[in-house]
Amino acid sequence: MKEFAYRRATGVRDALALVAADPGARYLAGGTNLVDLMKVEVEAPTRLVDVRHLPLGGVGEAPDGGLVIGATTTNSDAAADPRVRRRFPALSQAILAGASGQLRNMATVGGNLLQRTRCAYFADPAAPCNKRVPGSGCPAVAREHHNHAVLGWSEQCVATHASDMAVALAAFDAVVRYESPGGAGEIPLAEFYLPVGRTPHLETALPPGALITAVALPGAAASPRSRYRKVRERASYAFATVSVAASLDVHDGAVRDVRIALGGVASKPWRARVAESALRGGPATAERFRAAAAEELSAARPLRDNGYKVTLARNLIAAVLSELV
Amino acid sequence: MVDDARGEVSLRVNGTAHRLEVDNRRTLLDALRDSIGHTGPKKGCDRGQCGACTVLVDGRRVVSCLMLAVAADGCEITTVEGLAGGGELSPIQQAFVRLDGFQCGYCTAGQLCSAVGMLAEHAAGWPSAVTADVSPDLAAPRLDAAEVRERMSGNLCRCGAYPSIVRAVLETAARGQVAG
Ligand SMILES: Cc1cc2nc3c(=O)[nH]c(=O)nc-3n(C[C@H](O)[C@H](O)[C@H](O)COP(=O)(O)OP(=O)(O)OC[C@H]3O[C@@H](n4cnc5c(N)ncnc54)[C@H](O)[C@@H]3O)c2cc1C
Ligand code: SF4
Ligand code: FES
Ligand code: FES
Repeated sequence: MKEFAYRRATGVRDALALVAADPGARYLAGGTNLVDLMKVEVEAPTRLVDVRHLPLGGVGEAPDGGLVIGATTTNSDAAADPRVRRRFPALSQAILAGASGQLRNMATVGGNLLQRTRCAYFADPAAPCNKRVPGSGCPAVAREHHNHAVLGWSEQCVATHASDMAVALAAFDAVVRYESPGGAGEIPLAEFYLPVGRTPHLETALPPGALITAVALPGAAASPRSRYRKVRERASYAFATVSVAASLDVHDGAVRDVRIALGGVASKPWRARVAESALRGGPATAERFRAAAAEELSAARPLRDNGYKVTLARNLIAAVLSELV
Repeated sequence: MVDDARGEVSLRVNGTAHRLEVDNRRTLLDALRDSIGHTGPKKGCDRGQCGACTVLVDGRRVVSCLMLAVAADGCEITTVEGLAGGGELSPIQQAFVRLDGFQCGYCTAGQLCSAVGMLAEHAAGWPSAVTADVSPDLAAPRLDAAEVRERMSGNLCRCGAYPSIVRAVLETAARGQVAG
């Protein structure tokens, strides 16, 4: 690990100023991703500004009936919150499906959104990787990619986003709130993660030096009939192979509203808008669910060794929707 | 070179106050083992993947290999050495001994601290990934083998003592001895 200076921020302004003053500075929250990557020198900040103790924790009510989850809320506290469990159960389930009890006690909502990919080449400084060293190449395309993307990738990078929580947030149209040296702002989750294109090293739409302060869940998206299901290579404590967050509102046998997002398939949580519009207004039948899932996945471009994800995603969408009827 | 690459840290470990001057790179795990001499917490992977380094920080279980010592400044820490009180093993420790909850013992300190944290989480009504319905309006999920396996999945055991670990945790929970 490279040497670094450490400071506990005394307030949001203080945190912003400390990071703005040092180009090598980074925010530190739970440290479960940043410290891990510092150990292999994939990350080498010169200064850590600890934001864990800022008064940005906790879950609050929003005027529209939604919830605002502070950026430093631990993953455990967000998942255990009664209002999250009642109104956005798929979010609680998604968080609980990630990492371990110990890690969820450390990890924060802000840090979870900004965790880096689990692509093994990214985590290996000896390997080329366009995300880590722009222009160095992407070994995953030709080599090991069984857990890489099937949707939305480019030749420059085929990595997936690893967060479970973000998949549920995408389904619920969450909005990321931040403070930055240039002022406060909001970014809908759908626009938060940038398309890979030719710039896989640019991952989010956050302005430089921005501090995430909260994630807002709109009241209109609240759905007790929502669910997160994750398939992985072992029963627990592993990243997703494919996951689905979905909510379904059925009235008189017809789909009144549906939200579907996929994890493990792209560089960002993949909102399945094609499937959603195919379903909206139509009958809520297993057959229609399968057809809509197939339509969504018709855009998939599997790599040599990850075609199984396409089948898996199709089946998982249909299965989760059927469970929600 | 970074000019302020070291920091002063106050930790209360198992009830005793410690003041240390550490390199900012030092993890809580290394500070506990090498600076304070509590070698109960073990270094298995040093990457947050095995749980051998689990300790309680302000009452919650964490992996101490991914927490920087400077980030733990001011915290109350319990290691496996602090679970027994007054010379008597805690209920979870007694259950591990009675039911063979370990073989080589390398993962045990982490398993024990994790179990204490996990039982408190369950007692607080937290659901898990195998809880069928996370609604807060239902009774808290009953602790069964599937719940224990899921909640303890952050602690790997190379010897495969899992069946006995699950039994020991379930027995301790059934006796209501949540405080460990
Ligand atoms: C063994 C292991 C297994 C895991 N399994 C899973 C899994 O199955 N599913 C899953 O989803 N995740 C998993 N994770 C990842 C884990 O969820 C993330 O590491 C965690 O959520 C990151 O949160 P943190 O608070 O620790 O972030 P940190 O590590 O502190 O920070 C991560 C990044 O976010 C930045 N940051 C943090 N907070 C802010 C803020 N408020 N504003 C701006 N920038 C900020 C930091 O600068 C850093 O770049 C696993 C991790 C480990 C180690
Ligand atoms: S897939 Fe992306 S992260 Fe992985 S090696 Fe290629 S460029 Fe790097
Ligand atoms: S040593 Fe900390 S989790 Fe393995
Ligand atoms: S008892 Fe040997 S690793 Fe668990």
